[in-house]
Amino acid sequence: MGDREEKEEGRRRVVFVTVGTTRFDALVSAVDSENVRKVLAAKGYTHLLIQLGRGSYLPSKSDGDDGSLAVDYFTFSSSIADYLRSASLVISHAGSGSIFETLRLCKPLVVVVNEDLMDNHQSELAEELAERKHLYCARPQNLYQTLADMDLNTLLPYTPGDATPVAKHINRFLGFPDD
Amino acid sequence: MDKGNGCSFSAVTSTAIISSVIFVITLILVRVLFVIYCSSRPMSRRAQKPVSTLIILGSGGHTAEMLDLLAVLQKDRFYPRFYIAAATDNMSLQKAELLENSLAAEKGTPITNAGKFMKIYRSREVGQSYITSIWTTLVAMVHALWLMIKIRPEVILCNGPGTCIPICAIAFVFKVLGIRWSSIFYVESIARVRRLSLSGLLLYKLRIADQLFVQWPRLQQQYPRAIYVGRLM
Repeated sequence: MGDREEKEEGRRRVVFVTVGTTRFDALVSAVDSENVRKVLAAKGYTHLLIQLGRGSYLPSKSDGDDGSLAVDYFTFSSSIADYLRSASLVISHAGSGSIFETLRLCKPLVVVVNEDLMDNHQSELAEELAERKHLYCARPQNLYQTLADMDLNTLLPYTPGDATPVAKHINRFLGFPDD
Repeated sequence: MDKGNGCSFSAVTSTAIISSVIFVITLILVRVLFVIYCSSRPMSRRAQKPVSTLIILGSGGHTAEMLDLLAVLQKDRFYPRFYIAAATDNMSLQKAELLENSLAAEKGTPITNAGKFMKIYRSREVGQSYITSIWTTLVAMVHALWLMIKIRPEVILCNGPGTCIPICAIAFVFKVLGIRWSSIFYVESIARVRRLSLSGLLLYKLRIADQLFVQWPRLQQQYPRAIYVGRLM
């Protein structure tokens, strides 16, 4: 049985890369690099799907017929929820929306921080969550190393937050009775 | 003789003017300090009726967090609800409108009564130079003043974007002048782990926010008057 048939059988393991509404060519080109593609294929992933956002770097598409990763890309989607749901691994920019949407779906996540951004407060969130072992955090230049070394079994699930404490404080402050 | 009288008259007038100015400034300062002091304490009376609420929306993640908060606020207490988003932000008002429409559908009230939505000029676009920002901030302030005069909310909810600064500043002035007492609640974004955003810092340091909430413990250690509430998302 050839590789193509195996993939079509549903043994798809998709790596989904997203940059949200931003432009993050450094991430796309890092993902597009040969050693990253190789390490992903070696780890058993079959497809690489890249959401480019406003980036201008175009990766090279591939059918993956020769046993390598099948690569495809698109720019935007009204909702990436479906792509996240069908992914086996997500590589994302450090936007809080992408991060929490992915964590809510309990998908393994590698967050890549964009160092070209001015005032990079985004890295704070990624680093804190990485410290708490909810995801892996990387920069474009060490993405390959992070992917090679990562052990997704060590990741801890993220317990969703709760807005009720804030609501309680606000209600109490305004003199509304506790529910 | 005339000259002598003229000199002493204008001396008295200018002393009177200077004294009046100092007096007025002192009054204003005392009033400001009083407002700041009162703002930091919970309302002394139990709430008797719903409070008109202004919700300031910001792009992307900010709106998502605000909608999370709105989901758990009792809609019959925070009513009527006004939403403001930056003029260049299309998605946020749409999302809020969706929320309000679904609420109205649930309760069977006509959609026209569901929340009111407004756009405001932005003080500063992301990446805009600080020099041109001065002008755009002034325009935003005038626009904010216009909106605030119309709405005069009792409660203001905001969570980060620069759009909230002109509005909160005006709300503070309204408090000082006795035009309307707005309780201002600021929720710092979940993305702020070690440092407050510029908006948060301003509202904290100038004591404009009645309550400032942070989602990570390190921020509460750094800013003792902030209230740690854990993650909202």
